[in-house]
Amino acid sequence: MTSLPSSPAPKRLGLVIDLDICVGCHACAVNCKEWNSGGIAAPLTDLDPYGPEPLGVWFNRVHTFEVGEGAASRTVHFPRSCLHCAEPACVTVCPTGASYKRAEDGIVLVNEELCIGCKLCSWACPYGAREYDYDAGVMKKCTLCVDKIYNETLDEIDRVPACVATCPATARHFGDLGDPNSEVSKLVASRGGYDLMPELGYAPTNKYLPPRARRASLEKDTPAELAPAVPAGSGGFLAWVDRLLSG
Amino acid sequence: MPDSGSQQRDPEIAKSVPVSDEVKYTTCYMCACRCGIKVHLKDGSIRYIEGNRDHPVNRGVLCAKGSAGIMQHYSPARLRKPLKRVGPRGSGEFQEIEWEEALATAVEWLGAIRARDPKELALFTGRDQSQALTGWWATQFGTLNYAAHGGFCSVNMAAAGLYTIGGSFWEFGEPDWERTKYFLLFGVAEDHDSNPIKLGLGKLKGRGAKIVSINPVRTGYSAIADEWIGIRPGTDGLLVLALVHEILRAGKIDADYLAAYTNAPWLVIDAEGAADHGLFARGADGAALVWDRKRAAIVSASDAEALPALTGERRLPDGRRAVPAFELMARRYLDPRFAPDAVAAETGVPASTIKRLAVEAAHAAFNEAIVLDQPWTDAHGRRHATMLGRPVAMHAMRGISAHSNGFHTCRALHLLQMLLGAVDTPGSFRYEPPYPRPIPPAIKPAGPAEAGKPLAGSPLGFPHGPEDLLVDAARKPLRIDRAYSWEAPLAAHGLLHLVVRNAWKRDPYRIDTLFLYMANMSWNSAMNTAETMQMLAERDEASGEYRIPRIIYSDAYASEMVAYADLVLPDTTYLERYDCISLLDRPISDSDGAADAIRQPVLKPDRDVRPFQDVLIELGARLKLPGFVDAEGKPKYPGLYPDYIVNHERRPGMGPLAGWRGSDGTAEGLGAVNPQQLERYVEHQCFWRAEIPEEARFYKFANRAYLDWAKAMGFIDRADPIVLQIYSETLQKFRLAAQGHGAAQPPPEHRERVAAYFDPLPIWYRPFEESDGSADYPLHAITQRPAAMYHSWGSQNAWLRQIHGENALYIHRATAAAHEIADGDWVSVVSRHGRIVVRAKTMEGVNPDTVWTWNAIGKRSGAWNLDPKAAESQRGFLVNHLISDLLPPREGGYRYANADPVTGQAAWYDLRVRIEKAPAPTQVSEPHFAAAASPPLAARPSILRYGAKFRPQAKKT
Amino acid sequence: MHPAFSVIVFTTSSGAGYGLLAWLGILAAIGRLPGDRFFGAVSLALALGAITVGLLSSTFHLGHPERAWRAFSQWRSSWLSREGVVSVATYLPALLFAFGWIALGETDGVWAVFGGVSAFCAVATVACTAMIYQSLKPIQRWSNAWVLPNYLTLAAMTGALWLAALASLFTVSSLFTTIAALATIALGAALKLGYWHHIDNSSSASTAGTATGLGPLGEVRLFEAPHTSENYLMKEMGYRIARKHAAKLRTISLVAGFALPFVLSLAALAFSGSLAAGAGFAAALLSTAGVLVERWLFFAEAKHTVTLFYGAARA
Ligand SMILES: Nc1nc2c(c(=O)[nH]1)N[C@H]1C(S)=C(S)[C@@H](COP(=O)(O)OP(=O)(O)OC[C@H]3O[C@@H](n4cnc5c(=O)[nH]c(N)nc54)[C@H](O)[C@@H]3O)O[C@H]1N2
Ligand SMILES: Nc1nc2c(c(=O)[nH]1)N[C@H]1C(S)=C(S)[C@@H](COP(=O)(O)OP(=O)(O)OC[C@H]3O[C@@H](n4cnc5c(=O)[nH]c(N)nc54)[C@H](O)[C@@H]3O)O[C@H]1N2
Ligand code: SF4
Ligand code: SF4
Ligand code: SF4
Ligand code: SF4
Ligand code: SF4
Ligand SMILES: [Mo]
Repeated sequence: MTSLPSSPAPKRLGLVIDLDICVGCHACAVNCKEWNSGGIAAPLTDLDPYGPEPLGVWFNRVHTFEVGEGAASRTVHFPRSCLHCAEPACVTVCPTGASYKRAEDGIVLVNEELCIGCKLCSWACPYGAREYDYDAGVMKKCTLCVDKIYNETLDEIDRVPACVATCPATARHFGDLGDPNSEVSKLVASRGGYDLMPELGYAPTNKYLPPRARRASLEKDTPAELAPAVPAGSGGFLAWVDRLLSG
Repeated sequence: MPDSGSQQRDPEIAKSVPVSDEVKYTTCYMCACRCGIKVHLKDGSIRYIEGNRDHPVNRGVLCAKGSAGIMQHYSPARLRKPLKRVGPRGSGEFQEIEWEEALATAVEWLGAIRARDPKELALFTGRDQSQALTGWWATQFGTLNYAAHGGFCSVNMAAAGLYTIGGSFWEFGEPDWERTKYFLLFGVAEDHDSNPIKLGLGKLKGRGAKIVSINPVRTGYSAIADEWIGIRPGTDGLLVLALVHEILRAGKIDADYLAAYTNAPWLVIDAEGAADHGLFARGADGAALVWDRKRAAIVSASDAEALPALTGERRLPDGRRAVPAFELMARRYLDPRFAPDAVAAETGVPASTIKRLAVEAAHAAFNEAIVLDQPWTDAHGRRHATMLGRPVAMHAMRGISAHSNGFHTCRALHLLQMLLGAVDTPGSFRYEPPYPRPIPPAIKPAGPAEAGKPLAGSPLGFPHGPEDLLVDAARKPLRIDRAYSWEAPLAAHGLLHLVVRNAWKRDPYRIDTLFLYMANMSWNSAMNTAETMQMLAERDEASGEYRIPRIIYSDAYASEMVAYADLVLPDTTYLERYDCISLLDRPISDSDGAADAIRQPVLKPDRDVRPFQDVLIELGARLKLPGFVDAEGKPKYPGLYPDYIVNHERRPGMGPLAGWRGSDGTAEGLGAVNPQQLERYVEHQCFWRAEIPEEARFYKFANRAYLDWAKAMGFIDRADPIVLQIYSETLQKFRLAAQGHGAAQPPPEHRERVAAYFDPLPIWYRPFEESDGSADYPLHAITQRPAAMYHSWGSQNAWLRQIHGENALYIHRATAAAHEIADGDWVSVVSRHGRIVVRAKTMEGVNPDTVWTWNAIGKRSGAWNLDPKAAESQRGFLVNHLISDLLPPREGGYRYANADPVTGQAAWYDLRVRIEKAPAPTQVSEPHFAAAASPPLAARPSILRYGAKFRPQAKKT
Repeated sequence: MHPAFSVIVFTTSSGAGYGLLAWLGILAAIGRLPGDRFFGAVSLALALGAITVGLLSSTFHLGHPERAWRAFSQWRSSWLSREGVVSVATYLPALLFAFGWIALGETDGVWAVFGGVSAFCAVATVACTAMIYQSLKPIQRWSNAWVLPNYLTLAAMTGALWLAALASLFTVSSLFTTIAALATIALGAALKLGYWHHIDNSSSASTAGTATGLGPLGEVRLFEAPHTSENYLMKEMGYRIARKHAAKLRTISLVAGFALPFVLSLAALAFSGSLAAGAGFAAALLSTAGVLVERWLFFAEAKHTVTLFYGAARA
C-alpha cells in the first residue's frame, strides 16, 4: 500500500481554497470535525474536553497571518488540511501500509486497522496534516470526506466535503484537479492558484488562490477628489442645487 | 471499483453508509442568526447537523458555532432540574426541587406583586427570541419593567434607523448583495446576520465589487476588504459627515430622490424662540408643506403634482419664514469644519483617503448607476418605466452602536445614504419586510402600571415626542431602567444594563422580583462586573433582606448568573423545544421576501427541564393573567407554547406565525387560526417565506405594489408612503421641550443635555469617556465578536473552546514597542474604573491608539462545569471589569448611565485605558474571582469519543 | 521535534549494540577475533542486549505495539520498515555467530562468515535508522548528507569503545581495538561538529512565506494560531530549545561523548590491568551518555516545517 499507485488514475480529487475570500470563521474546521466525528475515522477524540488542557483531533485548522508592514500589510486567514499530495512521503514512509494513496482518485487515507501509531507519517508530512489520536493509538487525517463525496445515500448535490458545503463565504471548492477542464482547474488557472512549499516536491493536489491585490481606488482614472459643483467662494451652491432636479 | 492498473487494491471503505435514520428540520440557535438546519439522527442521538440548502437565511451553509451544535446539546453544563437557592446568594449552593414547587413558588411571589403593584416585577430577557411572547406576558402581567437585550446591544442602530428611514441596518435590512458595486462596512465583526453577511461578501468578491471596511481592527471581514480604514474609535460620525460635506460640495447627490422620497424639501419653520421653531410647517390637514417650483407656491408635501424645491427661504401664509430641511442640512455640512482636512486628525483617516472615498461613492452611485427594466408605480400613482439604482451599499453595527454618540453617527450614515439615493434602490441598502414602517413607528411605550391590571399596551415602543415619555408628575422615570425618561428618551429597547444597579439602589423605587431570562447579567453582559455581582448579592443592613429581594432566572446551562438566582427554571436546549421566530419579533426576512420560522423538538430532554415559554404560559395561566385564561379562568393554551403559537391572535387574523393561516391553510400574513399550522411548518422544513412581488422589491417606502402587499400581509396598518427623514422633527420636539416649550419639559438638571443631543440633524461629539480630553487614558479599548464563539455560552462547548479557550489583549506593534511590551507579556490595563492584568499579543492591523480583545472569552472559575483551572478562568478575561456602568459624577453629583444620551444604548466601546507592563510576572489574569459552588450537574467526562458508535464498518471483502 | 525518550534510548542503545556487533563480526571476518569464549559471551550478550533493549524501547512509542509486526511489510518504500526487517534479520546471523563462538568456540570458516554477515546487517540497520531521518524532507536539519555518516560513525564509536573496554577486561586488547576507538571518536567528533556547523549555517528553503505561499506579499507572521489549546502537531513537532541551552548541551555532549572518551582511551593505552579496563569502561559509558545527549539534541534542534504555520519564520 505504502508504495504509491504505479499508474495512478488521472483523477485527482482535492480542494481549492480562496485566501482572498476566506474570513477565517472556522466553520470549515468545526463542520469537518462534526462530519468526521461520525465518519470512517470516528471518533475525533477530545482529551480533557472540559479541563485546563483540551486536546482534540482536528482535520482542518484555520490560522491567521499578518503579512508585510504598515499600509502595505494585510491579514490573511489560512485554513490548513491534507493536500492529498501526488508525491506524499507520508505514504511512502509508512512501515505498515496503513497510510495509502488511493489509485482511483488520489485521496490519501489511513487504514486504521493496520496503523501501529509510529507517527512517522506525521513527521514526513510538511503540512501538519496528520493528527494522532492518542486514545485510539492510530494516526488520523482528512479523508476528503470520502464517506460523503461518494455516499450514494445522499443527494448528488450533497456529495461534497463537509468543509466545502458549509463554508459561508464560499471560499472553498472541491473537484478534480487532474482534469484541466474541471471548474476547479479553471479557477486555479485563472486566479494563479499555487502549491504550498513546492520546494519540497510533494506536489500537493490542493491549491490555494492568492489574496488579490488590494484596490485603493475603484477606477484607474478617478480623480483624487470631487470637483466642486460651483466655483469656490461663489456661494451659489444652494441656488444651484435645484437645477439638479428634473422636471 | 476501477483500479486503473495499480498492483495493489485500495482497501474497501464504507463510503455509502446512510448518514442517519431520520432527518429533522429545525432552526439553529447557536446564535441569533437563526439559520435553517437539518439534524441527522442515528440511534436516537445526533449524527450530524448541516445547513438547510433551501433556507432563506443560510442557503445551506453553517458557521462554526452552528457546526458545534452537537457539543452544545450534550454539554455537561446543562441544568437538570429546577433549583432552589439554599446557601447565600452568589454561593452557588442549590437544592434541586420539583417543577410543582418551582412553579408554586413563582406564582406565590408573582401573584402577590401583581395584586400589590405589578411594576415591582422586572422581567428582563437577554438572547430572547420570543419577545413577542415575553413582551405580551409582561403587558398582561401589568409591569412596564420589561425589556430585552437591545439596550446594550443595538438600540442606537434600531432607533436611528426607525426614526430616520423606517427600517435599519441590523436585522431590518441588508445590502443588495447581488447588485452593489461599492460596499462600505462600518464597525462590523460578525453581526446577527453571521451567515448572510459572509455569503454576501463571497458574492461581492465573485462580482468584483469593492469592499471598504471602516474598523479600528483588521480581522475577519476587514481582512478581506479591498480597503481597510483603521479609524480611531468613536469618530465615524465625523468621517461620514466629511463624506456628506464632499458630496454636497460637489453636488453629487440624488436631488430627485431627495425631493420625491425624503423630507428634504419640507419647509422648516424658522422662528427662533417660538414653540414651533424648527418644526415642519404644516397645512390644515397636518401634512408638511413644500415649495412647488412648478406653481411657485407652497403646497402640501403629499401633492403628487408638486415639483418640490430643495432650497430657498419662503414666507409661510402666516408670514413667518421657512426653509427646506435640505437647505438647513446643506448649510450645516458644507461648513469647512466638516471638510476632510478638518476631520483627518480626529478620525485618524488621512484627508486624501476621505476625499477618495467620496469620489468612489459618488462614482459608483452616479457613473455606475443601475437601471432595472422593471416598471413600477409609486405611492402617488405615478408610473415609472424602470427602477433607477445607486449601487452603493452600507452596513453598520456595533462599532457605531456601542458608543455614546452612536445614535447620531448612525443617523449620519442614513443621511449619506439618502443623499446618494441609496436607500432601497437597486444596488443599495434594502429593507427586509416588515420594514419599512411609518416614521416613527406607531407603537408607543405603555405605562404606568396599575395593581391587578394589565398594561394598556406594549411596554416598549417609540415616543413621538416628549408627551410620550414614561415619567411621573415629578418628571421622574416610571421605569426601573429609566427608559423613556429624560435620561434616555428614545430607549426603544429598554436599558437592561441599568436594571441591576437601579434595583439595588431602589431608584426610582424598590422592586420585589427581578425575573431574568437568557442573560448572563452577573458577567459578560454586565458593565462593572465586580460591583454588579456585589449588588446582586447584597443584603439590606437593617432588614437583612436582599437589596434585590428576589431573583428568578431561566437558563439552560450553569452560567455565572445562575449563582445569583433564588429560583432557577432550567430551560431545554434549542433542539428540545418549539420556538417561534416571528415577524412580530425580530424577523428573518430578506429583501426579496418575508419569512418566519419555528424550532421543533428534535430530541426529548433526558433531564427534568422545560421550555421556558411553556413555563411562562403556565405561570400566566396560574396567575390568571388576561389572555392566558378563558372566561372561566381555565388555561387558554393548555398545550402551552405550541398551542399559543398556533392559536394566539394579537389581533384578529394576526398571530405569531404568518404562514399557512386560514382555516384551510392557504392564507399568508393575515388569516384565521389554522389548527394544522405547526404541521404545515414541519412539512415545509420549519420555515415559511413569501416572495415580494417583482415590481414591489425596491423603493418599498413609496412603492404602491409594496405598500399594498405589506398592508395585506399585516405589516403596516395603512398603505401610505413612508417619507424618509433627513431632518428629524421628533428630535426637534425634544429640543424645544428642553428650551422650555410645551407641556412636557425636562427637569432643569437634564435640560442642557436634552437640548444638546436632540439635534434634528446628525451631530458628532466626542464619546463621553473621551470628552474631558484626559491624557491619562490615551488608548481606546474595544472588543470584537469571534466568529467561532457566541458570547459566554460557547465556552462549555468542547469543540469551540479549543479554538477560543483564552484571549489576549491585542496591541499595535509600535504601541507595544513604545511600552516595551512583547508577545506573551502580562500587562496591566487601567481605566478610570478599574484595572485588569492580562496577556498581550502584538499585531500590525490595528489602529495604533486602540487595544482590543475577543469578547466574552473569560469565564468565572467554576462556572459552566469547566474545570476550575480551565484556561478561560486562568488566562481568559473580560474588559467588562474595566467599564463603568455610570459616567463620572456631574455637578450636583448625579451620574448618568454610561450610554448614549438619546437612546440609552450602553457605550461599551467608549472605554479608554492606559497600558503598562505588569510589575510582577503572573500566570493568572486579574481580577480573578473565587469559584462559586456548581449546581448539581452531570460529571464532566475526561475524554470525549463522540461519534465512535456511528463509525461505519467496512464490509470485509 | 519532541525528543521522545523511547526513540532516543532506542537509537543510542541499539546504535551501540549494532556497533559492537559490527566490530565483533568484522574482527571475525578478518580473522582477528580473540577466541576467548567468555569474552564472546559477554560482548555478544552486551551487543544483542543493547540492540534488544533499544528495539523494545522503540515499540513503547507506538500506539499499537502489538501490531508492530506489521511494520515489516513495506520494506519496498519505507526506511522504517527496512530498519525493522534488517534489525530483526540481524538476529539470525548474530545468533549463529554467537553459537559458533560461545558454544563451539569457533570463529572462523562458516562462523566467520556469520560474523561478517552480522556486521553487514548491523551496519545496514544503523544505516536504515539514519535514512529514516535523512529522508524526511520537512526536517531540514535531518534531511542532509551528514546524518547517515553521523549515525554510522557514532554507532561505530560507541561500539568500538565498548569493544575496547570489554577487550581490556578480558585482557584481549589489541592495537586494533584501541585504534578503532580513537579513530571513530575522532571521526565521530569531526562529523558531529560538521553536522552542527551545517545546521547552524544552512537553513531550509521552506519559510513561513513558502509554507503559506504569502511570501511575495511580505514578511509572514502568525497572528492567531487555529486553537488556543495544544494539539498533537505542536506537542510532537513544535518542540523548541533555547540557543543557549543547546550550546551547553552540545558542550556536554562533546566533552562526555568524545573528548573524555578519547583521553580515557589514550590513558587506557598507558595503563594496564584493571586500571585500563576501568578507563575503558568509563570511556564507553561516557560516550554512550554523550551520544544520548547528542541524540536528544538531534531531536530538540530539529525544526519541522509544520512550525512555519505556528509562528516560526524558518524551519
Ligand atoms: N465587553 C463587552 N461586553 C458586552 C458586549 C461587548 O461587545 N463587549 N456586547 C454586549 C451585547 S451586544 C450583548 S447582546 C450581551 C450578550 O450577553 P448575554 O445576553 O448575557 O448573552 P450570552 O452570554 O450569550 O448568554 C445569555 C445566557 O443565555 C443562556 N442560554 C443559552 N441558551 C439558552 C436557552 O436555550 N435557554 C435559556 N433559558 N438560556 C439559554 C446562556 O447559558 C447564558 O447564560 O453582551 C454585552 N456585553
Ligand atoms: N460569532 C458571533 N456572532 C455574533 C455574536 C457573537 O457573540 N458571536 N453576537 C451577536 C450579537 S448579540 C451582536 S450585538 C452582534 C454584534 O455584531 P458586531 O456589530 O459585528 O459586533 P462586534 O463584534 O462588537 O463588532 C464591532 C466591530 O466594530 C469595531 N469597532 C469598535 N469601535 C468602532 C468604531 O468606533 N468605529 C468603527 N468603525 N468600528 C468600531 C470592532 O473592531 C468590531 O470589529 O453579533 C451577533 N453575532
Ligand atoms: S469556512 Fe470558509 S471562510 Fe470560514 S475559515 Fe473556512 S474557508 Fe475560511
Ligand atoms: S498533505 Fe501531508 S498528509 Fe496529506 S498527502 Fe501531503 S504529505 Fe500526506
Ligand atoms: S502512524 Fe500509522 S499510518 Fe502513520 S506511518 Fe505509522 S503506521 Fe503508518
Ligand atoms: S475534506 Fe472533509 S475531512 Fe478533509 S478537511 Fe474538508 S471536511 Fe475535513
Ligand atoms: S450563524 Fe451559525 S450559529 Fe448562528 S444560527 Fe446560523 S449556523 Fe447557527
Ligand atoms: Mo448584542
